[in-house]
Amino acid sequence: MENKSARWAFALIFSVSAMIISGLIAVLAGSHHLNLTRALHGVSPDHEILMELRLPRALLALWTGGALSLSGVLFQALLRNPLATPDTLGVSSGASLGAVLAIFFGWGARGGISGVSVAACVGAAAVLVLVVSVSSDRGKVSSIGLLLAGITINVICGAAIVFLANLVGFLKSFAVTRWLMGGLDPPEYSTLLWLTILLTPVVLLVLWHGREWNVLAVGDTWAATRGLSTTRLLLLGCIAGSILTGAVTALTGPIGFVGLIIPHALRMWLGADHRILAPCSFLLGAAFVAICDVFARTILAPVEIPVGVITALLGGPFFIWMLRSRRAGIRI
Amino acid sequence: MSSLFQLENASVKYGEAEVLKPVSLTVHAGEFIAIAGPNGAGKSTLLSLLAGLNAPSSGTCRFVNTPAHKWPRRDFARRVAVVQQSEPSVFPFTAEEVVCMGRMPHRKGMYESEEDHVAVAKALDTTGMTAFAQREFRTLSGGEKQRILLASALAQSPEVLLLDEPAAHLDLQHQVQLHQLLRDLSRKGLLIVAVTHDLNLAAAYATRLLLMHEGRIRADGMPASVLNSDLLQEVFHVHIELHRRASGQPWLLYGE
Repeated sequence: MENKSARWAFALIFSVSAMIISGLIAVLAGSHHLNLTRALHGVSPDHEILMELRLPRALLALWTGGALSLSGVLFQALLRNPLATPDTLGVSSGASLGAVLAIFFGWGARGGISGVSVAACVGAAAVLVLVVSVSSDRGKVSSIGLLLAGITINVICGAAIVFLANLVGFLKSFAVTRWLMGGLDPPEYSTLLWLTILLTPVVLLVLWHGREWNVLAVGDTWAATRGLSTTRLLLLGCIAGSILTGAVTALTGPIGFVGLIIPHALRMWLGADHRILAPCSFLLGAAFVAICDVFARTILAPVEIPVGVITALLGGPFFIWMLRSRRAGIRI
Repeated sequence: MSSLFQLENASVKYGEAEVLKPVSLTVHAGEFIAIAGPNGAGKSTLLSLLAGLNAPSSGTCRFVNTPAHKWPRRDFARRVAVVQQSEPSVFPFTAEEVVCMGRMPHRKGMYESEEDHVAVAKALDTTGMTAFAQREFRTLSGGEKQRILLASALAQSPEVLLLDEPAAHLDLQHQVQLHQLLRDLSRKGLLIVAVTHDLNLAAAYATRLLLMHEGRIRADGMPASVLNSDLLQEVFHVHIELHRRASGQPWLLYGE
């Protein structure tokens, strides 16, 4: 047992350090060489680059990676499927559909909040309500019901997006494509503040229920016979995971792969206990996207590549290498 | 003896099919009840009714005066533990972590208490699985998994243990050990209800045998009185020879 506490403490310290270092790299690295002393003393343009571009973008990258990765871990436990992702319930497809509708109808920004982001939030929420109500049967919700409803609604949203993309004109079609590729644009600080106010309690709630997710990850009946109210926990988890996914997707567009590989990699390292798996996924997911975004900004500078492309191109081979080099056993 | 479960004309329907016909039954602490019968006789359905996982379609199934399915889940789980047939897990939990999940209804916070660690260690010891504690549950053999699931239920420190074919996957030695353990637990005052296909082991260890057939309890009593060849042939459709051991326990041979 002491051994386990030591391992967990090491994993946490490592993950926190990795997140802080990645955040610093994301702020410091870029196509423009940033002079930190000048920037901190308010000298132009370093000051503006730091405060208006790099810092908000790095913070958004950290939130995005953390939220998607935590949501991935959560959905994998709830749906009892290591291949589940933040998008398995269709939440980010819903967000995308909302965003595409906003682009289609030309809903502009109002009061500093982008119409596309608002529509994406609404789309995500609508999909969540739809999935839960379709999959509930006489007041009970099951994992398999959620999975089937999610996959179906995912397909419907995907088809609707393609349908709309074919209706819009050439210019809007570019906006749609750009949105669907996902990317991190420097947000306003007020947006970041809202994101933090919304996501902090959700993250804490998910981390607090680590022991419950463990039991639920084995089975519905297993959890029920161990005194858990499975329907309440499934709903709580779905809502929390959907808020995490929906909120960041509304700002960045869909960014794939993070919610899949970070939890997988950590399970190989730390095992399946969500009390350590969830916090480390959040921290290292944040670090991963922050680093990917540095690559997205720099490798073809001044051209920027969508960060989702980097998460896949960088994460994919890394993940395969990890699967190949794992030690004996069939840890997923 | 206080009665723990009381069923009055409890039945269960899945859609149109009445898989459990109205059953009345009273069950006391300290009993070791074996439920036997052919496939589809309603054994597992009766067990899940006792476990409060299903509500009866008609009639009632009470646990200590309150319908089993209406108990607050956590309070119920502190008193009643269930061993299902092997739970598949897609995640790399260790055997010890699986046993530890039995402490869920007793949780006081996010981390295990000292009491939890003691209960888990004792459950692993009782089932002879201490050496396997750090093994990944998925890599265990069928019988080892079964014993870990039993350990998880024991860690729950229940008054009632409901088991669905607990001897499945076990080798002969462990089948006998399991039944000895269940008998010892029942003598300490636990109520044991186990679905089984092994009539000989049931006859040797259980204090009461329910023989089920086509959704009904066909016979209910001491194993020695329930097991008679005419009844068994009618229920199981195989030729059965009934012998007696020196101790007087029935001993069955069956074949064509």
